[in-house]
Amino acid sequence: MKHTLSVLVEDKPGVLARVAALFARRGFNIHSLAVGPIHETGRSRITLVVDANQTEQITKQLHKLVNILKVTEFGSDESVEREIMLVRINADATKRRQAIDAAQAFGCRTVDVGVNSITFEVVGHPGKLAAFLNVMRPFGVIDLVKSGRVAMARDAKAESQSA
Amino acid sequence: MSKLRGAEAVIKALEREGVEVVFGVPGGATLPLYDALFDSSIRHILARHEQGAGHMAEGYAKATGRVGVAFATSGPGSTNLVTPLQDALMDSVPIVAITGQVARASIGNDAFQEADTSGIAMHCTKHSYLVTEPDELVDTVHEAFYLASSGRPGPVLVDVPKDVQVAEVDWHRTKHVNLPGFRPTEEGHVLQVRRAIELLKESEQPVLYVGGGVIKAEAHAELLRFAETANAPVVTTLMARGAFPDDHTLALGMPGMHGTYSAIIAMQKADLLVALGARFDDRVTGDPTRFAPKAKVIHVDIDPAEISKVRRADVPIVGDVRRVLEQMLTEIEKKGIALGSHADWLETVKGWQVEHPLHYEQSADGLIKPQYVIERFWAATGGEAVVVSGVGQHQMWLSQFWRYSRPRSLVTSGGLGTMGFGLPAAIGAKVARPDETVIVFDGDGSFQMTCQELITASTHGIPIKVAVINNTNLGMVRQWQKLFYNKRYSATDLNEHTPDFVMLAEAMGCAGLRATTPDEVDGVIEKALSIDDRPVVAEFRVDPEESVFPMVPTGASNDEVALGSEDLR
Repeated sequence: MKHTLSVLVEDKPGVLARVAALFARRGFNIHSLAVGPIHETGRSRITLVVDANQTEQITKQLHKLVNILKVTEFGSDESVEREIMLVRINADATKRRQAIDAAQAFGCRTVDVGVNSITFEVVGHPGKLAAFLNVMRPFGVIDLVKSGRVAMARDAKAESQSA
Repeated sequence: MSKLRGAEAVIKALEREGVEVVFGVPGGATLPLYDALFDSSIRHILARHEQGAGHMAEGYAKATGRVGVAFATSGPGSTNLVTPLQDALMDSVPIVAITGQVARASIGNDAFQEADTSGIAMHCTKHSYLVTEPDELVDTVHEAFYLASSGRPGPVLVDVPKDVQVAEVDWHRTKHVNLPGFRPTEEGHVLQVRRAIELLKESEQPVLYVGGGVIKAEAHAELLRFAETANAPVVTTLMARGAFPDDHTLALGMPGMHGTYSAIIAMQKADLLVALGARFDDRVTGDPTRFAPKAKVIHVDIDPAEISKVRRADVPIVGDVRRVLEQMLTEIEKKGIALGSHADWLETVKGWQVEHPLHYEQSADGLIKPQYVIERFWAATGGEAVVVSGVGQHQMWLSQFWRYSRPRSLVTSGGLGTMGFGLPAAIGAKVARPDETVIVFDGDGSFQMTCQELITASTHGIPIKVAVINNTNLGMVRQWQKLFYNKRYSATDLNEHTPDFVMLAEAMGCAGLRATTPDEVDGVIEKALSIDDRPVVAEFRVDPEESVFPMVPTGASNDEVALGSEDLR
C-alpha cells in the first residue's frame, strides 16, 4: 500500500536536500517525488508517494524540519492524483494508424511523429498511465519518461466527481 | 534600523542573547568575526581543536541549560565540529555553532579551506543556515538561538561567508524571529492527560521511566511530587541521572545494558511504563520486541516523532514534560483521585534491590578497583560536585557508583558515545559553574583523544579535576572481546603506548598525581581536591580485568541480564 504526502514548504535553499537526506538517513522509501512552486510567493509543494506503513513516522520526522509548514496525507480516494508520461514506441507507416487509434481511446496527444516511431503524451491518474503502457507495449517501447505524481485534496464540501 | 558590519552585528546579536563565553579556534574565514570579538565583553576560550571547542560548548550547555556557543573557521575548522554537533543532536544539547565560510563568489569553486559546511551540518544539526543575504544575518543568529533552545533542544549551525562578515548589514533594535514551520507543543492534550490518569489508576505495577527530557525541562521537582503521588518506582536513564535523588526509597537507578538489576527487572515486570522525556533507546530496551512485554505505555515527550517510534504508546502525550506533570498532578488533586499504594509491588522491587545490589570486590592482589576510586571521590566531596565522563567502562561505573541527588550534576555523552568528550566538556561545565568542583572521570583511551585541551584549561585558569581511570586498555571493547570474542584482544592493549600522564599533566601546566595501590587513593584525592590554582590530573592505575556488570548483551532480552561473567557462559 502506498500513500501520497503533500508537503507545503518554505521556498528556501536546501529544502529538497533536507527532505531527501531525511529519507536516506531513516531508511524511508520514496516511490515518487514532484516539486514545484505554488500560487503564494515563497512557498512550494513537494508531493511524495511513500509506503503507507511508514507514513506516521515520515510525517512526524518531516514536521521536525524547520522549513516544512504542513504535511497532509492522502489515502487512496481522498485526492485527485495526476502524472504525466511521454512514451515513444515503434510505429512505421503500417502501424501508425493503429497506434493513434489506441492512443485516442485514452485521450492522449500525439506529440512527435518520426519515420519509424511515434511519441504520445498521456496525462492522468497513475492507473490510467499503467493501462496505457500495457496497450503500447506490443508495439515496442523505445523510450519512456514519467513525472512524479502530483495530488490535491478533493473538495470536502462538495461530493466531487471522481475523475 | 541602522547599519553595522556583519561581524560586529553577529557579536552584538550574541551579546543580546546573553552570551557570556564563546569557545573556538580562529582562522582565515573568521578573521572579521574575531576582530569584532576583540572589542566585546564576551569571554573567548581558545581551544586547541575545534572538536574540543564544540564539546566545551556542550559541557557549558549541559551543566546549565543555557545555549553554548562555538566558533570555527571554514573547511577543516567546520568539519572538526561535526562530532560535537552530532553528539549534541543525539543528546538534545542546545548549542549554536558559528562558522566562517569562503566569500560568496568563491562558494562552489573548491576554494582554499572550502567545505559545504551547511550541507554537512544538515545531517547533524537541528537546523543549519548559510547566510547569503547580509541583511538576514542578524535575524538568522537570533533564530539559531531560538531554535537551539526551544522545543526539543539541539545544535544549530550558522555559516557566514567572509564577505558577509565585512558587508554592511541591517541592525534591528529588536529581535526578529520568523519561523512559521516551528511551533513546539508545550501543553499536553487534556483528554490524553485524563486517559493517562485512568491507566495509572488501573496499574498495579507501574514504573516511571525517566529520560534526559526531565532535566532539560527542569521538571525534577514535579517528578518528585508525581512519583510520591503515584507510589511508583523510578528508573533514571544515563541522561537523567540526578533528575530523581538516588537516596529516595522509590529510586532504582539506571536501567538498560549496564543498569541495576532492580531497574531492569522492574521494567520487564511492569504493567505500566510512564516514559517521561525518554526515547526507548536500544541501550535501555535491549531487544525491543521482548522489552517490558506486559506494560502499557504512557509516553510524554516534547518531540512527537519520539512517540511510538520504537514502542507504540497506549497514551501519547506531546508536551513539555514539566507542564504535563503539572497537568497530571492537578488532575489527580482536583478530582481527589486516589492512586494505589502499590505496596506489594514496591516490596517486590525492594527485594530485587536487596538481593542484587550493585557490587564489586576489592582486588586480592593489591590493584585499585575503578569503582573504588569513584566511591572515594564521592565520599571526599559528599557528592557536592559536577561530574563529567568520557565514554567507556569508566562512564558506566560513574553512573552506577556515584550517588546523584540533583539535576545537571552529571555531564556525559549518551546517544553518540563520544570518546574524548569528557575533558573539553568539563572545561565548559567549569566555565559555566565556576563555584562548583568539576571532576571529569576519563578512561585512558578516551582521555587521549582530546587531552591537548589540558593546556586550554591551564592557560585560561580553569581548575578542573581530571581523574584518569587508567586500565591501560580500551576497556569496554576489551570487555566484549573477553566475553564474546574468546579473549582475542585485538588492538585494545594501550599498555606499551600509554604516555606518562603525570609528566603530560605537568607539561601542560597542570598538577600531576598518581595512585597505584588502594591505600594511595584517598591521599591523591585529597591532594587533587586541595589544588585550586590550576587543573589537576590524577592518574589511578586500576585493575585491567575489571568488567562492567550487570550486563545485557546486545540483542538479548533484558530478562537475560548477567550479573557477572559466569552468567554469560
